[in-house]
Amino acid sequence: MSLWFWVLVAAAAAYAIKLSGYLLPRKLLDRPVVVRLATGLTVGLLASLTVLNTVGKGQSIVLDSRLLALGAAAIALWLKAPYLVVVLVGAIAAGLGRLAGLP
Amino acid sequence: MTARLTPATRMGLSIAAAVGVYGVSFGALSTGSGLSVLQTCALSLLMFTGGSQFAFIGVIGGGGTGAAAWAAATLLGVRNGVYALSLKTLIEPPGRLVPLMAQLTIDESTATATAQTERDERVRGFWTAGIGIYILWNASTLVGALAGDAIGDPRRWGLDGAAVAAFLGLLWPRLQGRDPVALAIVSALVTVMVLPMVPPGIPVLVAAGATALWWTWQQRRAVRP
Repeated sequence: MSLWFWVLVAAAAAYAIKLSGYLLPRKLLDRPVVVRLATGLTVGLLASLTVLNTVGKGQSIVLDSRLLALGAAAIALWLKAPYLVVVLVGAIAAGLGRLAGLP
Repeated sequence: MTARLTPATRMGLSIAAAVGVYGVSFGALSTGSGLSVLQTCALSLLMFTGGSQFAFIGVIGGGGTGAAAWAAATLLGVRNGVYALSLKTLIEPPGRLVPLMAQLTIDESTATATAQTERDERVRGFWTAGIGIYILWNASTLVGALAGDAIGDPRRWGLDGAAVAAFLGLLWPRLQGRDPVALAIVSALVTVMVLPMVPPGIPVLVAAGATALWWTWQQRRAVRP
């Protein structure tokens, strides 16, 4: 399957989920399990994606300058820096690491 | 212009201004992950939910398949359904507006609407934030995509470090309290454990699935005596 196919299918799925919220009965919100599952999925996915982008390389774990990016971004977030600054700090940290000869 | 700025529209505009420019980082990372400029812009125009868009390109950039990227993006979009459900209760939108409202139902427009106390203000807050972000997000995505395309290899300029920071930045505001932190740690550990065992893209799904089930089960047990 081409990448275009999955881009469009993913976009359609995202819209279908948004739309379904307006069409489903509102009583569903009274079931705490629905909200919990959504919260759990969101935090779980974002944590996994963070780790994967930090140490993942294909099917192996590689420790390199991306760890510096993680640390620097965490400090920036802790200092309440705006999102775009956090992203830039991550890029600069990894870039500096490589400049210093780290993998 | 005679329209006065109400607290809701003011909040919506400032959130739009602050959030809309993130599209630059999405655009740059997306082309760095191997998507074309056109595919990158299609994601912002059609998918229009930042977390899922980042998830999609994150899986592709890590060598995952299109199907795995679809699954990660879709699971991350589930929360939008919950937002829609609560907005429907709060605003009770007329049916003809629902298709448009649905597309603009994201973290920020929901937050702006629910922060208001009156229905009219909620409506104004939702539309101001939603439309404002839609315009800025798409414009800045294009700028970022063109810039990322010009840079080439994502490892130069530390663009892979930018991806790490981008995901941590999305996760960070949700880590309030002990439970979400425990949840994040469990997910991180599961990811590292399954990473060498399954094809790229799948660890995210395994980790998220395991975490969500564990969390729901934990909560359920806590409620019962």
